[in-house]
Amino acid sequence: MTEKAIPLWEVFIRSRNGLAHRHVGSVHAADATMALQAARDVYTRRGEGLSVWVVPSSAITASDPAEKGMMFEPTGTKIYRHPTFYDVPEEVGHM
Amino acid sequence: MYTQGLNSIDKIAAPDGEQAERFQARIDADDRIEPNDWMPEQYRRTLVRQISQHAHSEIVGMLPEGNWITRAPSLRRKAALLAKVQDEGGHGLYLYAAAETLGVSREELIDQLLSGRAKYSSIFNYPTLTWADIGAIGWLVDGAAIMNQIPLCRCSYGPYARAMIRVCKEESFHQRQGYEIMLTLSRGTPEQKEMAQDALNRWWWPCLMMFGPPDGESQHSDTSMRWKIKRFSNDGLRQKFVDATVPQAHFLGLTIPDPTLHFDEAGGHWVYGEIDWDEFRRVLAGDGPCNRERLAVRRKAHEDGAWVREAALAYAAKRSAATRQKAA
Repeated sequence: MTEKAIPLWEVFIRSRNGLAHRHVGSVHAADATMALQAARDVYTRRGEGLSVWVVPSSAITASDPAEKGMMFEPTGTKIYRHPTFYDVPEEVGHM
Repeated sequence: MYTQGLNSIDKIAAPDGEQAERFQARIDADDRIEPNDWMPEQYRRTLVRQISQHAHSEIVGMLPEGNWITRAPSLRRKAALLAKVQDEGGHGLYLYAAAETLGVSREELIDQLLSGRAKYSSIFNYPTLTWADIGAIGWLVDGAAIMNQIPLCRCSYGPYARAMIRVCKEESFHQRQGYEIMLTLSRGTPEQKEMAQDALNRWWWPCLMMFGPPDGESQHSDTSMRWKIKRFSNDGLRQKFVDATVPQAHFLGLTIPDPTLHFDEAGGHWVYGEIDWDEFRRVLAGDGPCNRERLAVRRKAHEDGAWVREAALAYAAKRSAATRQKAA
């Protein structure tokens, strides 16, 4: 294979206003314009979206799953960050 | 559809050790495996092969139906067929993207298909001789595909499962449009009904083969089941397909081309006759009616598109150079 690889893009779609863009998959395209067109053709054939973002996959910095303990476990013990940690007498009503 | 590859597993040492045990425990707990998670090499390779075979099948699957787009009998049928073939292209792309998350490049996958190293579903090596074949493919081939694919929506590998959810949502229109074609033909003139029957005669057995070899012969199923890549046996899915399809054929007033087919009251299943596994193996090995033609068409499309890919990359490089210069 002597051909140059075509860059990979991640595709995000806002399905309707009021919702965030959500990752739906990826496409290969030479540039951003073509990536947008490819994303439209591949991921919105049935009115799935009102807005599309494409991001070069190489631009994404991801956390390492092997370090997820270090990243996320500390919050596991911080139960005082949740409302249910606090006692409020019933007669006070909903708070 | 198109997951006959589920029947083989790469022959490398089965994983062991503490990491492998933790991996199996996650799968047993119905946790999903995501791209950068640790996984046994055998799991990775098995999935790469299966997902890419599945993708290749979608792409090659565009050819038998594409054959009829310009000759569809009405604008309604033409628009539907065009949309269906476009969906298959889309499905191929979702699946290639899922395979790429396992660390293989798109170029490498395409090369495997074009060089004949990768397989695709045996079903697409049969020709589409009449318009009724388009009906039969939608009804039977996509019907069989749906049976196969629904369990894959719960596959242990996250990206594959997510791609399959999209595919399954889109696939149900395929089957319905096929059945509608069959219904119209079988309620039409005697010649049209004859055409529908002829299509059923030619597609029935190849469709049963789509589910892959009988359970006794698919020796690697256990590992795939344990890893929740595969959730039902070939024969189990095949039986489900037959049970669902026979009454649909009766409604059309068509006859399933199997003289031994009968309903087993006690078991509650339709019992079908002997499948010609020699034919299956021949077609899979490259000697079906259309194997050479299908690959030749794919290769030509790839070669003819080379200048487009090259031009797009050259244009992108030129534009980004110009942008950099402006910024400087």
